[in-house]
Amino acid sequence: MKTCSVSLAVNGVAHTVQTLPMKRLLDVLREDLQLTGAKEGCGEGECGACSVILDGVLVNSCLVPVLHASGSSVRTVEGLSQEASPHPVQEAFAACGGAQCGICTPGMIIASVYLLEHNPHPSREQISEALAGNLCRCTGYQKIVDAVHQASSRQA
Amino acid sequence: MESRVVGLPVRRKEVLGKLTGTAKYVDDIDIPGMLHGATIRSTIPRGRIQSISFDAGVPWDEFVIVTSEDIPGINAVSLINDDQPCLASKVVNHAHEPVLLIAHKNKDELRRARELVHIVYEPLPAVFDMEEALRGSVVIWGEDNIFKRYLMNKGDVDSVWAEAAHIIEEEYSTGAQEHVYIEPNGMLANATPDGGITVSGSLQCPYYAHKALMKLFDLPTEKVRIIQQETGGAFGGKEEYPSMIAGHAALLAWKSGRPVKIVYDREEDMAATTKRHPSRTRHRTAVSKDGRLLAMDIEFTIDGGAYSTLSAVVLSRGTIHAAGPYRCPNVRIRSTAVATNAPPHGAFRGFGAPQSLFALERHMDKVGRSIGLAPDEFRSRNFLQTGDATATGQIIKQQLDLAGLQERALQAAGYYRKREIFPTGNAAGALKKGIGFASFMHGAGFTGSGESYLQSVLELEGTPEGNVRILCSMTEMGQGTNTILTQIAAEVLRIDYDQVEICRPDTAQVPNSGPTVASRTSMIVGKLVERAAHELKQKLFAETGLSENYSCDEFKACVRDYLSSSGPLRTRVQYQEPPGIHWDDQKYEGDAYGAYSWATYVAEVTVDLVTGEVQVDNFTALQEVGRVLNPVLASGQIEGGIVQGLGFALLEKVVWREGSMANNQMTNYIIPTTMDVPPIKVLFEEVPYEHGAMGAKGIGELPMDGPAPAVLNAIENALGIAFTHVPLTPEDILSHYAVREPAA
Amino acid sequence: MRSYLPAYDLVAPDTLPAALALLAGGEGWRPIAGGTDLMVLLNAGKLPYRRLVSLRKLEDLRQITVSPTLVSIGAAVTYSQIQQHPVLRSEFPLLCQAAGWTGGIANQNQGTLGGNIANASPAADSAPPLLVHDAGIRLLSLAGNRSVPYEEFHVGYKQLAMQPGELILAIDLPRRPSPWRYHGRKAGTRRAQAISKVSFAAAARIEGSRILDIQLAYGSVAPMPLRCFTTERFLTDNLLTQAAIANACRILTSEIAPIDDIRSTAAYRSDVARNLLAEFLDKLQ
Repeated sequence: MKTCSVSLAVNGVAHTVQTLPMKRLLDVLREDLQLTGAKEGCGEGECGACSVILDGVLVNSCLVPVLHASGSSVRTVEGLSQEASPHPVQEAFAACGGAQCGICTPGMIIASVYLLEHNPHPSREQISEALAGNLCRCTGYQKIVDAVHQASSRQA
Repeated sequence: MESRVVGLPVRRKEVLGKLTGTAKYVDDIDIPGMLHGATIRSTIPRGRIQSISFDAGVPWDEFVIVTSEDIPGINAVSLINDDQPCLASKVVNHAHEPVLLIAHKNKDELRRARELVHIVYEPLPAVFDMEEALRGSVVIWGEDNIFKRYLMNKGDVDSVWAEAAHIIEEEYSTGAQEHVYIEPNGMLANATPDGGITVSGSLQCPYYAHKALMKLFDLPTEKVRIIQQETGGAFGGKEEYPSMIAGHAALLAWKSGRPVKIVYDREEDMAATTKRHPSRTRHRTAVSKDGRLLAMDIEFTIDGGAYSTLSAVVLSRGTIHAAGPYRCPNVRIRSTAVATNAPPHGAFRGFGAPQSLFALERHMDKVGRSIGLAPDEFRSRNFLQTGDATATGQIIKQQLDLAGLQERALQAAGYYRKREIFPTGNAAGALKKGIGFASFMHGAGFTGSGESYLQSVLELEGTPEGNVRILCSMTEMGQGTNTILTQIAAEVLRIDYDQVEICRPDTAQVPNSGPTVASRTSMIVGKLVERAAHELKQKLFAETGLSENYSCDEFKACVRDYLSSSGPLRTRVQYQEPPGIHWDDQKYEGDAYGAYSWATYVAEVTVDLVTGEVQVDNFTALQEVGRVLNPVLASGQIEGGIVQGLGFALLEKVVWREGSMANNQMTNYIIPTTMDVPPIKVLFEEVPYEHGAMGAKGIGELPMDGPAPAVLNAIENALGIAFTHVPLTPEDILSHYAVREPAA
Repeated sequence: MRSYLPAYDLVAPDTLPAALALLAGGEGWRPIAGGTDLMVLLNAGKLPYRRLVSLRKLEDLRQITVSPTLVSIGAAVTYSQIQQHPVLRSEFPLLCQAAGWTGGIANQNQGTLGGNIANASPAADSAPPLLVHDAGIRLLSLAGNRSVPYEEFHVGYKQLAMQPGELILAIDLPRRPSPWRYHGRKAGTRRAQAISKVSFAAAARIEGSRILDIQLAYGSVAPMPLRCFTTERFLTDNLLTQAAIANACRILTSEIAPIDDIRSTAAYRSDVARNLLAEFLDKLQ
């Protein structure tokens, strides 16, 4: 059993964890760093509930061994509203009814933020494509797409 | 009537935590000293347990191990019957049946140990399908594998066949469906110093788990405490099943004296927990020359899995909905719930009605076509109207114009124009378009005298800040309980939405207002909120100087003053059955439900004959629901239910091997993504129900009933092929076109 | 998560020689790139490899290089990177299309072409395009390097013509000067993030009713992805008529060997394979 020391920045804060290299980034976030926003819905990279942004790229953290995040920067949902004012995407989700049970919501919001940072004014079709890797069982997706569309139309 | 709060799209009460990732679901909670628990399950569908062994190389003395011997009370997951063991002791009756429990503080040690417990069985013959169960050559439950039978009889169907102008028969079937709530089942349990047990987790019905654990541990009511944590989806899958996992976590906590958390991974949750009951429905229908229904003879059978659990109730609802929104003088429904060696099937949104309504609405298209009537025309001639009697003999009291409702839905969907032009486009090419619909209803609340039996209680109390808090056992699982109930209170009390709180469901703090099931929350429990709020207002008028036209601030100050000068400010109300509800449980006759919501759903599809894939291009859903309490939440419920219904129709196939779900991963059990859903047009109509909160009826399950028959009716319109089962896969579709070429 | 993590080891060497030394050392080290296949196995408790060498730091494996005759894709290039590369988009559209089919965006950001090839699934979305684009697989080990045409590389069910200690270095795609018609289609379990039941890639040069050259490749209809050479020869030997299309479909049936499995049936796969071929050939006419 070989533990290793992994340093990574999460939401701008530097952390060093002593851990097993194959431990999933998802579990390091949730257990070692008490950031429980990212969720485990499937453990297979299918549902996207564990989505985070790793070095600027959207990934399923249940498929990332923590060693692969060594020296990296990670953004999670907890980092989106740090000054006590919600991110425009969060605000739009609240206004449009984009969250029901809420379990898919952190991943859905992270994936939406990722989309808008790359494509600030996506069509509804593009929003659907961008969120195809985030499964929701409650909403039927209509209000999620509405929310992302509203957030994008309110951005400069 | 002007609304300040109700009818407006106020924001979800608990939305902030959900958006920021700070809402705590059970797996987000860690308690110092906590152990992690796992369930060792049966690997065969039926057999006798011969031995249990524990491999060497594992520090078993560090583990807590619980078997059925450790159960202080009755070894059962108490529900309606007590036939389902909490832990198997001598025999197993389905694959993945829990046999023993282990716990350890280190997750890795637990993962390794889980693979190193070996159970040896003497296999017994197992039964896997309904026909085999009914034949009864192998009896696996009771005397004859029958959990329940119902016979509903209106008029005399057998008097009609000889003279009927047309008799149309067909058989329909539906498969199992897995809930796939994105949060799997989980529970966290703690034994308390006073010899009690506290369990919190993902669940719909805290008092169901409370009752089950009282029996499991032989504890009095005050020594068992159940708390609902933020719940990541349920859809019925967390109605009865949580009593099982709560019992397991509690047993480990009891034995170890430490907090214990059990959280299932997706594979275990899909394989071991409940699914929608598979069904088979046979219709035999007599129709007159002018297209009026004369007799409906229906045989409805559902597969309940290995233990009785809720099958009798699912059967009941499926039976009552089987004849649908039609007027027919002679109706016979013979329904049966049978046992097979599968993990028990259970509650799933719709609860029997999606199964029987699928068959009915497919059949109504067939009947119409057989006698040369368009589907809308045939239905219009036979819809129930105000003053008519349903199949159970219930007289429709509300203003009902189903023909008008159906027509408005069809117009909104552009149905007639599309029906006319699609055949031209379909003449050439591989893409075939079709449009079809289903008209149906869903009864809200518990059947018959069920609500009276529940005797639901709800309380309102004033808080030190001057707010009002609702105390009830209704759980938020995304459908909007917290928001709707607080909106109603705010409306009646004429205060701001933010001045009303709702207590986390905790059996130590809230009364039993019944389970969060059966589309009853808004209609039934919302009504209790309405009444309690009125009483609170009257109490304040009577006992304080609060003026008739108080402002929000004045109300707040009054509550604060009351608490500091007079003590607790509380009102308590109990369910009162509306007058004139009569239900006969023996004959299955009378007023089955206080109210029904009514709907027509229209599906437009394109079938690609190159791959057999079906794309749903547009979906229109028009429903009459009494009163829309919150338009965003209401349309959210409809949209979400429709997408689950589309999955039920086209994508979600459980692959069974030896009574076990073989495709128990999200990779292989397919639910819709953003790319699989059509634009959905949701339209509401309101005929207020006087005994429902602010006029509201139930809507949670309604959207589950319409999509499957609407889609298959549309596919038949596109292809001219009458498919009779769901899920309908591309494999099923292409097999009708196959030209088997011999190899060159 | 069902694996006992202390039993696993993961290291990320800084250089290619260091990685190759581990792989050749005979101590069970295996490579891991994006992790989108291996971590799924780990989660399920089914990862047989206990010692993993991460390719994460090996920049050589993450480049796409373009020469006048060749585009070379490093084994650790991700599906997202493939879709974004201008030359790949214009000259190798089938590969880009397949890269957009593989999982959702998050999986495309992590999953690599080399990893997909090494996973050796008959359902790999990238495989039929690689066959049609005449891909060559460049392998490297301590013993040296060699190149294998992809159509000779995936030799059986989950079997690759790889030696112990070898690492996939790059995938070479020869650039084609003359105009080709490309066509790719997949029948999956749903519209996005779906494992394929049948996938099809085709390329052809046609003049009037004469097919000058044609390549047909399928996934999920045999133990490995395959080119249908007999069907291709028939089509270049005969004018493209409705009768020829029907015959070509018949020949195709004999070249593929689909099975029933958890996702689909042999009959469906066979029908769809034929339908996809007919659809392509109809378009060429």
